[in-house]
Parts: sequence; structure tokens; C-alpha cells
Amino acid sequence: MERKTKINAGEGKQDLVITREFDLPLELLFKAYAESEIVEQWMGTKVLKLENKKHGGYQFETSDAEGNVVFRANGVVHEFVPNQKIIRTFEMENTPFPVQLEFLEFEQLAGDSSKLTMQIIYKSVADRDQMLQLPFAQGINMAHNRLQDIVRKLK
Amino acid sequence: MNLRRDVFQAIADPTRRGILLLVASQSMTAGAIASNFDTARPTVSKHLQILTECELLKQEQNGREISYHTNAKKMKEVADFIEPFRKMWDDRFNKLETIMRKYKSQ
Repeated sequence: MERKTKINAGEGKQDLVITREFDLPLELLFKAYAESEIVEQWMGTKVLKLENKKHGGYQFETSDAEGNVVFRANGVVHEFVPNQKIIRTFEMENTPFPVQLEFLEFEQLAGDSSKLTMQIIYKSVADRDQMLQLPFAQGINMAHNRLQDIVRKLK
Repeated sequence: MNLRRDVFQAIADPTRRGILLLVASQSMTAGAIASNFDTARPTVSKHLQILTECELLKQEQNGREISYHTNAKKMKEVADFIEPFRKMWDDRFNKLETIMRKYKSQ
């Protein structure tokens, strides 16, 4: 089966390209990026600010069940062309990861489907490779936390 | 001179990825592999050498000929490296698609 989301990360390069085809018309795909309440749903984070315009900014925040902030990210919008492209920066707060630059291109495909191409440029090759490994590391952490919760209940 | 090779350098090249796909299902001789590409034979040999050095391919002596097949263990290492990241985005995008389908039907 063809994988829907593809990642192209060339060795020794400091960028990567994520591509995905959606069974959605272009306008609906773009809408998912343009409206705060929709972004909140699929990103699983709270949107504190989303200014979709040149020189605009955005801020996301995620809290755990106890209300502690576990993730906060922000960025600046450089270009926002509806149904075509978004150019923005992305920075995770309180982490050693440097800010990254993102180019998002939206395309209409045949038969009411659409395509997103997202190029992410990192500060260095090492930073990119570390970011690639992050979900793997997080997965281990999450499993660990779950284990801690279970253990705590046993006490 | 043998430079230290790693698997990610190996899969960065499209011809090398093509070779890996080709021999994934069956072991093949260098000649048979080369006949699948427009690239000159020595270039294909060089690619095979790199893939062998970083252990993505294994060589097997068959009489006078050497055949190549993929090293499943090493291939898994490559796939695993990027897979959690890909999966994270795939999950997000699947969610996006599901949510937006609701808007579509409205």
C-alpha cells in the first residue's frame, strides 16, 4: 500500500520535505491551516494566537491533565497566500532546538483532492537529525510516564 | 580508500534506493541489477560497493558470479529512524482529513 505521508530527508542536508495528498478539495485543506479552532482539533494543541498575514505571529500551547503547560511553540508568518502557500518560522519554547523555517505549498489535484508540500529548513544537519529522532524519544518518554502513573496508583 | 559509510548516506541517492527496491524481493547479480538502470555499469558497481560497505546489501558467491541481496536487519534500522517522525505527521494529517470531511458534507 502506498504511504500517504512521505518524508524525504536527504543525508547530510539540513532540510526535509514532507508531502501528503488529501481526499479534500484545496479550499478545505487550506481552511484547516487558516482557522484556529480547526488547527486546535488536528494539532491537539490550544491556539493562543494565529495571525494569518505578513508579519503576523502565532502561538500554540498544550497542557497536561493537571493543567501544567507541557508544550509551547510560536512563530512568525512571512507570507500567507490563501489556497497557495504559507511561509513561517516555528520555534519550540524552552527547548534547545533552534527556530526552523517552513515553506508550505498547497496544490489542487484532480478529482477533489489536494496536496501539501512542506519543506522545513533547520539550523544545521545535526539539528534536523535530532528533530527527526524526537518523536521516537517522546514515544519512550510517554511510555515511561504511563508506567509511572500505573506504578503511582499501585502505591 | 574506504571512507566510513553510514546507511543514511547510502539511501540519500535515488539510484541506490532503486537498487534496494530491486533486490528487495530476490537476490540478483551485478549485471542483472545494472541492466535495470540507464546508468553506466561502473557507476552501478560503485553504488553496489557503497551499499555493501554500509551493510544494506550482502554479497553471496554463486560459482563465478556474485549476487546481491538486502540485509533485512540493516534495512529495518533505516526505516525505524524516520518512521516515528513520519507516523506523527501521518496521524496528524489523518486527523485533519477526518475533521475537514465533516465540513465538506455541510
